[in-house]
Amino acid sequence: MDATSGKVVKGGVGMSENGSLLRLRGITKIFSRGTIDEVAALDNIKLDVNAEDYITIIGSNGAGKTTLLNVIAGVFPPERGGKVILNGNDIAGLSEYKHAAYIGRVYQDPNIGTAAKMTIEENLAMAVLRGQPRGLRAASNKQRRELFRSTLAPLKLRLEDRLNALVGTLSSGQRQAVALVMATISKPALLLLDEHIANLDPRTAQIVLELTEMIVRKEKMTTMMVTHNMELALRYGNRLIMMHEGRIVVDLNQEQRTGLTINDLVTAFEQASGRRFIEDKILLRR
Amino acid sequence: MLSAMIEGILTTSVSEGLVFAFVTIGVFLTLRVLAFPDLTVDGSFVVGGSIAAIMIFNGCNPFLATLAAIGGGLACGAITGLLNTKLRMPALLAGILMMVGLYSVNLLIMGRPNVPILRSITLFDSVAHLFATTRSTILVIIVIAVIVFIVLVILNWFLRTEIGLALRATGDNEQMVRALGVDTDKNILLGCAISNGLVALAGALVAQNQQFCDVNMGIGMIVMGLAAVIIGEALIHPRGVASMLLAALAGTFLYRLFITIALRLGLAPGNLKLITALLVIIALAIPYIQKKLRHEWMPPAARW
Repeated sequence: MDATSGKVVKGGVGMSENGSLLRLRGITKIFSRGTIDEVAALDNIKLDVNAEDYITIIGSNGAGKTTLLNVIAGVFPPERGGKVILNGNDIAGLSEYKHAAYIGRVYQDPNIGTAAKMTIEENLAMAVLRGQPRGLRAASNKQRRELFRSTLAPLKLRLEDRLNALVGTLSSGQRQAVALVMATISKPALLLLDEHIANLDPRTAQIVLELTEMIVRKEKMTTMMVTHNMELALRYGNRLIMMHEGRIVVDLNQEQRTGLTINDLVTAFEQASGRRFIEDKILLRR
Repeated sequence: MLSAMIEGILTTSVSEGLVFAFVTIGVFLTLRVLAFPDLTVDGSFVVGGSIAAIMIFNGCNPFLATLAAIGGGLACGAITGLLNTKLRMPALLAGILMMVGLYSVNLLIMGRPNVPILRSITLFDSVAHLFATTRSTILVIIVIAVIVFIVLVILNWFLRTEIGLALRATGDNEQMVRALGVDTDKNILLGCAISNGLVALAGALVAQNQQFCDVNMGIGMIVMGLAAVIIGEALIHPRGVASMLLAALAGTFLYRLFITIALRLGLAPGNLKLITALLVIIALAIPYIQKKLRHEWMPPAARW
């Protein structure tokens, strides 16, 4: 199959306009506006994410992958006119914590996703209440502890026996596993993975990746995973997006993706960006 | 004779130190729980004292006056929190601005630099009256001890609730807490308010115990609280909510013990602030020097 020709799509492959879980319209983000460093990190992005999509997002440094996740997560708003429509509601402009009611996120740095000076149990007790009002009830109880144990047990890291351990005493792989559980335990509508295995050693990365796969499959979670690694991007998920200079230059669904090799992706990238891949070779890990 | 002297020192540290447990717990809440170095304390302590004093001076019910004092402290803390979260001022600057501004506010509240309440009915008089006795040192100690106990029990419960957990996490990893759907600005506001409410309670009780309020009585309160927090931590190495609160309490006593001993050794009261400052410097320098000797790396200190 000539995998790449004609597969350069602008915008999404959304099935029906209204059936999409997340719709991005006219998302632009300009940094350092009005200075010599002005850069459009995102350039009029249109994207439809369908429920149960597992999208892998690749692109070289500065392509806008993380900026895209930041806009979806509400870390900063898009430029005026941009719409982030989740479940039919435009949430662009709402503060980050309001976005977080529907969106779980795992960061590259395990330290960001967990609170080091608190125990595993306390971390999970906070995460399980995502999107719910917090009151003066005890943060954890027997029932919740059971939930935490049964959620941690399938990870096979024996964390379920260490609920009272401070998260700061865990290895970075274990911390990232806890962060992953925290991002998903409340079953948010959308899971954002921001190069969440990039900081881990290869073996640990593999474990966390398999945990991710397990959780996403089991919960049928709609997921967007940013990665530098083209092999991973092809192996995981059911849809692949390639970004370049703030735009989505390739958007392949499961069918279009099947049988693709890294070399096909490289060709697609060159066609889409009008650049020789060699320049980005180092950045886009094979 | 020696045992009598030691007993005297201990009684003095307890009777004069107990009330400052509220300040230590307040400082602990901002500094350790929220990781928010809040200097409002020097001002809010006097806010509590001046509100209680002027209300009692004017014949108000001392319980009501004490509650109003706590309310004043809560408001001060909330404003500091707002400066930090909504106007994005560094915590230290927000606290300094409040501390300076509150000095004038306290003069305005009292209408003069100090208000004596010698002939007025204070909280301690009211309690004594309730139990058909008269005011005494031991009664003051008991009353304050009961309030300290109640506050510790409430905080020990609160810091384990859903809100309390989010509050603690805000000081640990604010980014994470936001990503879990919690408004961290609100938490900082809440934490600063509770902290300064407790500090104001201390001010109100001190004013009623010494039967006057002076606009300068808050000077150095933050450093005292800091010293007590650090000493308590060095002593207990707390892990968990209950032991952290107990460390704050123990730190207060130990600090007062140092002070009482220093006074008994003939040090002029004017030198106490220097002693306090030196205590904090030593307590903070020791871990650094230890690391240095072990050739461990330590990051440069934050400038804000």
